[in-house]
Formats: sequence, C-alpha cells, structure tokens
Amino acid sequence: MINVGLNHFLIVSGILFSLGLYAVVTRKNAVMVLMGIELILNAANINFIAFSKFGNLGLTGQVTALFVIVLAAAEAAIALAIVLNIYKTFNNVNVDEIDHLKD
Amino acid sequence: MDLTNLYTSLSYILPEIAVSAALILIVALDLIFNKDKRIIPYVALFGILLTIYFVIDQFRISGFAFPASDANNFYGMIAVDHFGAFFKIIILISSFFIVFFSLASEEIQKIQEKSGEYYALMFGMILGMLVMISASDLVLIYLSLELLSLSSYVLAGFTKLRDRNSEASLKYLIYGAVSSGLMLYGISILYGLTGSTNLYVINSVLQGPNINVFTLAFSLVLIFVGIGYKISAAPFHFWTPDVYEGAPIAITAFLSVASKAAGFALLIRFIRTTFVTLVDDTSGYWHLVNSFDWKTILVIISILTMTLGNFSALWQNNIKRMLAFSSIAHAGYMLLGLVVFSNQGLIAILVYFFFYMFMNLGAFLVVMLIANKSGSENVEDYNGLGYTSPFLAASLTIFLVALTGLPPTAGFIGKLYIFIALVDAQMIAVAVIALLNTVVSLYYYVRIIKHMYLSKAEANQITIVPDKFTFALVLALLIPVLVFGLYFTPIIDLAKNCITILGL
Repeated sequence: MINVGLNHFLIVSGILFSLGLYAVVTRKNAVMVLMGIELILNAANINFIAFSKFGNLGLTGQVTALFVIVLAAAEAAIALAIVLNIYKTFNNVNVDEIDHLKD
Repeated sequence: MDLTNLYTSLSYILPEIAVSAALILIVALDLIFNKDKRIIPYVALFGILLTIYFVIDQFRISGFAFPASDANNFYGMIAVDHFGAFFKIIILISSFFIVFFSLASEEIQKIQEKSGEYYALMFGMILGMLVMISASDLVLIYLSLELLSLSSYVLAGFTKLRDRNSEASLKYLIYGAVSSGLMLYGISILYGLTGSTNLYVINSVLQGPNINVFTLAFSLVLIFVGIGYKISAAPFHFWTPDVYEGAPIAITAFLSVASKAAGFALLIRFIRTTFVTLVDDTSGYWHLVNSFDWKTILVIISILTMTLGNFSALWQNNIKRMLAFSSIAHAGYMLLGLVVFSNQGLIAILVYFFFYMFMNLGAFLVVMLIANKSGSENVEDYNGLGYTSPFLAASLTIFLVALTGLPPTAGFIGKLYIFIALVDAQMIAVAVIALLNTVVSLYYYVRIIKHMYLSKAEANQITIVPDKFTFALVLALLIPVLVFGLYFTPIIDLAKNCITILGL
C-alpha cells in the first residue's frame, strides 16, 4: 500500500491539464473544445483541494473549488447556448470552418 | 468577522451594491412591462448615475472591505482606494455613453423587445468590472473576470441579425474560456506556492527566501494569459479583430474602452500589490521582487502589441476591424506606461486612459451613425462623405487625429505623458520604437480622412444629417477631446491624486 501524498494529486492534475490543453488545440468540434476547457478547470480544482489539504492552508482552497464548480456550470450553460446558436446559423459546429469574418 | 465589521465593509462597496440593485430592478421591470420596454434604458441611466455618485463619494475614503488581520498586517478582499475610484469613474462614464449609443443604434433598436436582457447583461458586465478593479484576492479576481466575460460573450452575439454576430460570440467564448481556464490553473499553483490567495499575503511571502523561481514564473505566465486576453495584448489578441468586427458597434465600443480599462486596472493592481517591495518616496520608482522579471516581459509584450496592432491595421478595409487593431496598438502604448514602474508612469496611464475613452468612443459613435444609414463599414463607402455629411466627417477626422496623437487634441497630451515617463526612466530605445509606431499609425488613420475628403463620391452617396439627439451625443464626445487638448491641467491634477494604491 503506497501512501497517497501531494505529489500524486499534482501529477493527476498535471495530466488532466495537459489532456485538456491537448483537446482545446486539436479538436475541431466546438463541444469537444469546451470539454477540454472543463478538464483544465477541474485540474485547477484538484490543485486547490490538494494544496489546501496537504499544505494545512485552511479551507480557502476547498471553498475556491466550490466557486469554480459553480462558475464552470454557468460557463457551460452559456457556452452551449452560443454553440446552439452557431449550429442554427451555420449548420455545423466546427471551429475551423466558422471563419467568415476577415474576408 | 463580527457584525459591525461587516457593516463597515458594506459601506465600502456601495457602488457595487447600487449596480447589483439596478440589475435586479431591470430584470424585474422587464417582467412587469413586457409590452413596452421604453422605460428600461432610463432606469439603466439612473442606475449608472447613482453609482457615479457613490464612486465620487469614495474619493473621500480608503480602506479594506471584508478585512482580515493577523499580527503584523491589515489586508482584505476588496481594496477601496483613489486609483480604483478613478478607473471606476472611467468605466461608469463609458457605460453612460454606451446606453445613449444603444438608443442611437439601429442594430440595438431592432431588438427593442429584448432590451431588458440587454441592459441586465450590460449591468452584469459593469458589476464584474467594478469588482475586478478593487479586487485584491485571487479568487475574487477570477470570479469578477468570469462575470465580466460571461456577460460579454452573450452581448457580443446578442442581436443575431447577421451571421457574423454569432461567429463573434463563439470566437470570444472559445478564446476567453481557454485563457481564463489557464489563468485559474496559474492561480491554483500560486496558491500552492505561497499558501494564500490574498495579494498582500503573497507579497510578504514573495519577499522571503525559499521561493521556487521556475514554478513562480510558470504560474505568473499563466495568470498573465488571462489578464493579457482582457487587455488584448499580443500574443493573446487574436480574438480582438474578429469580435470587434462581428459584435454590435455599441458593444464593440464598450469592450474597447471599459473592458480594457478594467483589465488594465487589474494588471496594475496585481503587479503593484503583489510584487512591489518598496516605493521610492522622492523619485516615485517602484522596487520589484527579484524572483520574476516583469520589466523585460512587459517591454517585449508592449512593443510586440503595438507593432502588430499598427502594422495589421495598415491593410484593413473594414473600419471596425481597423479600429480593433488600433485599440490593440493603444493597449501597447499604455503598457509602456506600466513598464516604467514608477508613479509617473502610472499618472501617464491614467491620463491616457481618460482621453482614450473620449476619442475611441467618439470614433465608434461616428462609424455607428454612418453604418446606421449606409449599412456598411467599408472604407470605400466613405468616399466623398466630407461633402455630403460634413459634420460627421469633420468629427470623425478630429477623433482619428486624436487617436494618432497629434496636437491640439487630447490624444497628444496622453502620448506626451507616456513618452516623458519613458525618457525620464532612461528607456530611450523603447520611446523611439513607440514614436516610430505612432508614425505608422498616422498612415491608416489618414487613409480614412483621405477617402472622406479627396476621393470622388459615388453618385448614390448617402447624406447623413444627424438629428438633435445624435448631434448632441457627438458633441459631448468631441468637446472633451478638443478642450482637454488645450486645457488638460485638471485631469493631470486628478490623476496625480489618484495614484494611491493601498499597500506598501
């Protein structure tokens, strides 16, 4: 039985962060990009909670994580509404195809 | 925290309370008067005026709302000081103008049945910006930044009249959500590194030994991504031209002035409270902690920002898009005021922002009035406008000259103070680069003036005669630009009084 410590949590959060960033950069579908962003937010949440538990920093980190969860929900609601609006206008949600400004 | 403490704190955040109350009132009125929404803009104006009253009141006080104190220090979540009050005034004056812009804008008037939601979202933005300006806790900074962003994503695509509105809102959302996500990750690392989310505590930790420099640099770069996106500094500026072009013009003007002002206030307060160890009393220079080299990074970013902005603006045919690049370039100039790291540079930024507000809002207003009639923002459609619509063309000329920074307009004074601050700090090379950039910017501003006065008008060139209301609105922005170009001492004095940031 290994002892789970701060480093384990930080490694998990680092992996989540990298996966999220990878999804943002490579995915074409707007919904997938949004899922990547959720991964980044949750990686930060893990950091907050791990630091607050193992660093004996009081409850600030855990409360912050709660705030972030609420904010992520609000952001997802608005983001999906905007993506829905995009789908109605352009009939697809591929980020790289929606590039009509500039011309 | 006991109850009396809480009451004192509430008296420090009266402007924020007034904005929240106005927001709730607008939502309620939207439900009550669901047939006739004409009253809502006036409620919004009243709410903004009331908030301005409370902010002016804040020039008398300074202190921390929601304080926490340990043995040696006294700090809090919200710092109420003169610096914050100055930026709050800028935000509120521009919001005041934006309400009038919305009343004059055809785009916004077409969706009058949704004006309740429109103004509610606008007040969401204002609330986010006000909190962002005085926030001195990383959690509060992140929350207010998101409140501002979430409201502005929706407003950027609000009218849905054209495809480009939805595209603008999607691009704003994707870039914004990614950069704020990165910023949150940076905040979480900084929290782990220093053990606190409060800027004042972080400051005292950073002054001590045993800071891992690489981790600190990593977290600060991530945090700067979030702030840099708000002030559209290169290389985080890619959203700016698309969003500015696609969004309704009233919202574009709001984003380019108010949202940028809030971003700058946040950046300045973040650096000033977190990294400054000592402010020299006589010379006013700030001494920063050694563990992170802000100066080099900010010099590079500001030069990159203004050069990219100015050179990309050269070949834009859409005026909104050109103004977007020009606003990127202006962010670069204003960053130069910060890299000096002195009280003098801070005064220069405040003065510049005050004037930038009038000239940029003015330019967008004239472009909007022309687009109302002609439905186009292309530079070719401005041919001969100087003869068919002399008043609008003349005022646009003055605003563009002011944006270039030529005398006798207010823009000149703003640039002058930035350059003086740079030269006084022995940063001659940077000042020369900024000066050359100004010369480049002259080309694309004058190009519009050339189209208005020297190009031959097409036979069907429209004639725009502003009515009394829009005439007064243009004058309200034009007169400050001209008057402050000659009589600028009151603004300089005001700025000198507003450099106090709570802290060291």
